[in-house]
Amino acid sequence: MSKNTVSDRFRKVDVDEYDENKFVDEEEGGENQLGPDEAEVDSLIRQGNLMGALQAVLKSPPINTKNQNVKDRAEGLVLKVLSSFKSTDIEKGVQSLDKNGVDLLMKYIYKGFERPSENSSAVLLQWHEKALSAGGVGCIVRVLTARKTV
Amino acid sequence: MSYHSFLLEPISCHAWNKDRTQIALCPNNHEVHIYKKDGNNWSKIHVLKEHNGQVTGIDWAPESNRIVTCGTDRNAYVWTLKGDVWKPTLVILRINRAARCVKWSPKENKFAVGSGSRLISVCYFEQDNDWWVCKHIKKPIRSTILCLDWHPNNILLAAGSCDFKCRIFSAYIKEVEEKPAPTAWGSKMPFGEVMFESTGTSGWVHGVCFSDSGNRVAWASHDSTVAVAEGGKTAVCASLTSETLPLLCVTFITENSLVAAGHDCYPVLFVYDSNKAAMSFGGKLDVPKQSAQKGMTARERFQNLDKKATTDSKEAVLESVHKNSISQISILNGGKAQCAKFCTTGMDGGMAIWDVKVLSIVKHVRVQMQ
Repeated sequence: MSKNTVSDRFRKVDVDEYDENKFVDEEEGGENQLGPDEAEVDSLIRQGNLMGALQAVLKSPPINTKNQNVKDRAEGLVLKVLSSFKSTDIEKGVQSLDKNGVDLLMKYIYKGFERPSENSSAVLLQWHEKALSAGGVGCIVRVLTARKTV
Repeated sequence: MSYHSFLLEPISCHAWNKDRTQIALCPNNHEVHIYKKDGNNWSKIHVLKEHNGQVTGIDWAPESNRIVTCGTDRNAYVWTLKGDVWKPTLVILRINRAARCVKWSPKENKFAVGSGSRLISVCYFEQDNDWWVCKHIKKPIRSTILCLDWHPNNILLAAGSCDFKCRIFSAYIKEVEEKPAPTAWGSKMPFGEVMFESTGTSGWVHGVCFSDSGNRVAWASHDSTVAVAEGGKTAVCASLTSETLPLLCVTFITENSLVAAGHDCYPVLFVYDSNKAAMSFGGKLDVPKQSAQKGMTARERFQNLDKKATTDSKEAVLESVHKNSISQISILNGGKAQCAKFCTTGMDGGMAIWDVKVLSIVKHVRVQMQ
């Protein structure tokens, strides 16, 4: 074998980066998106106004931002609100959302599935069942096909 | 409504002749089979073998009786009937990926081919050289073109692409036609000009369709949405998210109503209200057979609970006519303005013909005629 075939560093090169026809998503300004307001949501939970907390936490989702911390914080906040609902109230919570709200809720649910913690999967599965009956399979398809997600 | 099962394999694409007595379809291989209606049966009368790859698009020009086919072998052929045999003519498309869809223009002097090469080849016949020539529309397409539809003025072309956009291009070829009159989509139409580009929906655009007047365009996208845009000073878009699996094909049946079908295996009606610029769901168009409700024994309930963790007695059998996704829909009678019958073919190898009048009576579905 000749000398220049010994090294295999070429295998670690990401050739897609050099493809001039590579598809790049359109950049939409996401620097100002901070996610839902933590203070507002926390106070609503403490007051026991869970419906209000749900509406508040689904406002201004950090969809366009590239800052991973903002996204993680938003996901944690949503999980807190979802866990504080009683099982019997989940259906009413889902009913109070409009179509876009249900789609957004489903996005957060799947994001929550990605990193399961102590009790999160059980709670998320209950919410998933109710959101599915409200949004149908189409809602899940939109989670899968969304280019920018929470 | 009638259903005929042609094959066990999917029907990749189909096209009807002018009087709807013959259908040309691709049985998921390199050939095109032409079937002729024989009373209640269909008999195969021609087999067109020329492609080296799967045939992905077929279109049959009604007036000039020519068939154009395109395939994954990066070629397109124009077939003319000489006596009793279909003779192919190769068209050089100058693409380096598979061709995905092909459509004759309304005047049948051009056809457009969408391909994986991220461009549309608009082909026309050059009399001097006795040869089909093509021009490319490249910018700003960034991914495979999945579907095409021509505007009735023979110039504008709607294209749905995997870069999540539906666009209307001008395919004006000065060698074969006059300068076009202004339309709702704009007045300056040099070749390749983008007259409209969609925003708002994400997901690959599987099916696109102009309305009969050409003032509206509808598209079905992979994020389970269907949208309609109306041309004007500023194009008005209305989209509807659905709760079902993505739709693969869409067509106007009147100026205000669309029928679409896809992975849920049944056609669906949508109604567009131009005053509110909004779309609404009009109903499922499938006529399910009334299956007898069998009672479940306690043993069956326990077995269901054990196997499927549910005591639901719904069987895992599709109640729709098509048993697999519907991939293409075509208008049989009445045109896009007053469609009376349309046809669907799918991945179950079957073809169903739907009668709009019967459907609107049976399903209490109001199809708005205008």
